[in-house]
Amino acid sequence: MTPAATPLKASREPAPNPPTRTQRRGSMSRRDKLGRLDFVVSPYLYIAPFFVVFAITGLYPLLYTAWVSFHKWHLIGGDQGFTGVDNYVNVLQQPNFWIALRNTFSIFLLSSVPQIILAILIAYVLHTNLRAKTFWRMGVLLPYVVAPVAVSIIFSKLFADQSGMVNAILGQVGIGPIGWHASAFWSHIAIANMVNFRWTGYNALIILAAMQAIPRELYEAATVDGAGRMRQFWSVTIPQLRSTIMFVVINSTIGGLQIFDEPRMFDTMGNGGADNQWLTLTMYLYQLGWGPQKSFGRASAVAWILFLIILLFASLSFLLTRRIASSGTDPARSGRRRRPRRAQHRTAARRAGNSRVQEGALS
Amino acid sequence: MSSNEPSVAMIEQTAGKRAARAAARRRARGSHRGFGPDRRPGPVGYVFLIAAVLISAYPLYFAFLLATSNAAEIAKHPIPSLLPKGELVDNITRVVNSGIDLRGAFINSLIVSGVVSVSVVFFSTLAGYAFSKLRFRGRDGLLTFVIATMAVPAQLGVVPLFIVMARLGWTGQLIAVIVPAMVSAFGVFWMTQYIRDALPYELIEAARVDGASMFRTFWSVALPAARPAASMLALFTFVGSWTNFFWPFIVLGAKNPTLPVALQLLQASYFKDYSLIMAGVVVATVPLLILFVFAGRQLVSGIMQGAVKG
Repeated sequence: MTPAATPLKASREPAPNPPTRTQRRGSMSRRDKLGRLDFVVSPYLYIAPFFVVFAITGLYPLLYTAWVSFHKWHLIGGDQGFTGVDNYVNVLQQPNFWIALRNTFSIFLLSSVPQIILAILIAYVLHTNLRAKTFWRMGVLLPYVVAPVAVSIIFSKLFADQSGMVNAILGQVGIGPIGWHASAFWSHIAIANMVNFRWTGYNALIILAAMQAIPRELYEAATVDGAGRMRQFWSVTIPQLRSTIMFVVINSTIGGLQIFDEPRMFDTMGNGGADNQWLTLTMYLYQLGWGPQKSFGRASAVAWILFLIILLFASLSFLLTRRIASSGTDPARSGRRRRPRRAQHRTAARRAGNSRVQEGALS
Repeated sequence: MSSNEPSVAMIEQTAGKRAARAAARRRARGSHRGFGPDRRPGPVGYVFLIAAVLISAYPLYFAFLLATSNAAEIAKHPIPSLLPKGELVDNITRVVNSGIDLRGAFINSLIVSGVVSVSVVFFSTLAGYAFSKLRFRGRDGLLTFVIATMAVPAQLGVVPLFIVMARLGWTGQLIAVIVPAMVSAFGVFWMTQYIRDALPYELIEAARVDGASMFRTFWSVALPAARPAASMLALFTFVGSWTNFFWPFIVLGAKNPTLPVALQLLQASYFKDYSLIMAGVVVATVPLLILFVFAGRQLVSGIMQGAVKG
């Protein structure tokens, strides 16, 4: 670019093409106009695919769900008229809805609580001067690449009532066979195990990353103050992991309340058991829409109720985790202020984004 | 640690190299010295990890054991022996020749996962480049919107999405699975974060000065610079797409299944013959295990980076 000959305007905004022609002709050439257009329009073109596809397959269905939920809507027959809140009332009057709600929460709690505790422990052991670090990390991540459907088939065989390996082993220890499919509680335990199997290692790695970001000075200070290993773990490590644990909890809330694959595959019928022992809300949604009723209106009502529940519980677990993780943070809080800027920035970014688990859990 | 203890260097001078090494080891082991990455794990730590890895691997091995066995044996011994039997090829042949089109499902899964990965990576890089390096009106607001969409549960819109697909006549076709997955908010966010740090403005300006068009600049400057993050994103998208069940199950059904859907059909129709079903599980899982063997390291570092960076 020859600075002397370039018009002022073009030099201020970096032109996509060298403005040689402009100089020669004194006005904008066609090519230059195209170049300017390219410059202004391109950014929008680049982000457009996301917004177009999301609008059609994400946002529109989302709003449309609300519309459908207020209509009598048949899978094949389509819209059969406005019915107000009838679908909601109907769904809330079904005993199956409440059973599904109970099951969903039971499975969700039985899976996320042990999973997160275990993930923290695994991360704590991985966060040491291990030999063959990568091997151990890959080892605990292994289940993540197995499809939930495959996991469910394997576990439903392991936990089979009569011919299952778990009951056979229990029998050798002298414990009578457990009715993994007959009892609601035990079926929830078995299903929660499938979820834990797939996600514990994944969460452990996320927590491990957060542990590595904890500044060393905090431990040094704690050592000087005479804190032992346990005390350091409770008063330094856990409070410093607060935002990460929060994120893991919220994601497992969002994913866990929508659980479908594992319970659907827990037996061959896929209906949640003879007495709906392990029918979950998403399975119930599927049954309403694609089962014998073929009522899209009611299925949509369930979808919205589910959405509100997730919203409620995501915020609830947000508040709860913040309280748990911040109990006894006094030393940590003063340490937090001393953290280098970069580390703070990282924490902020972690808090802002982090859809990772959700991504994996949903897609 | 008491400050009057001699340093390792001093020990080396007075007592020789071996003593110095021993002292260094002792120090590394010291209970209140060494924390986090410096702390040497005790035997308890290793035992715990070995247990964790065995629990992670055993169910897969269990599936493999059953896949190499036959139905009669499985019925007789609920606890399989630790060594595989020799009927894997037989069982796989039986699955392939069963009524369920496992071969077709395999190809379908390859197509869906491949196309979705390429498209997510391309569109995410494109958008990430725009969000991180180009200036335009409303940029920050739009990026916030993209991030906000990550919080919306995907299953909420399943009913109307099905209606849309039915209207388009796409139900039962792969395109119905591919199109909704072609972009990802997470991908856009991930690439925006990466390109922001990895691509200096000077490079973009240099390309512009050389007369490259906007897209040319993206193609030959931004895309190569984003390659590490792009391959990571491709990996995650591939795994996610390969293991996805709910939506393909609803929209594809039995006619044109992907592998998880085919497994479901297999289990529903052959529920007594676990050697057959597990052979199907092995067929569906092995490709990702191979991928994991070669790219597991990247997968691990991707999760850890994603956790730290966003």
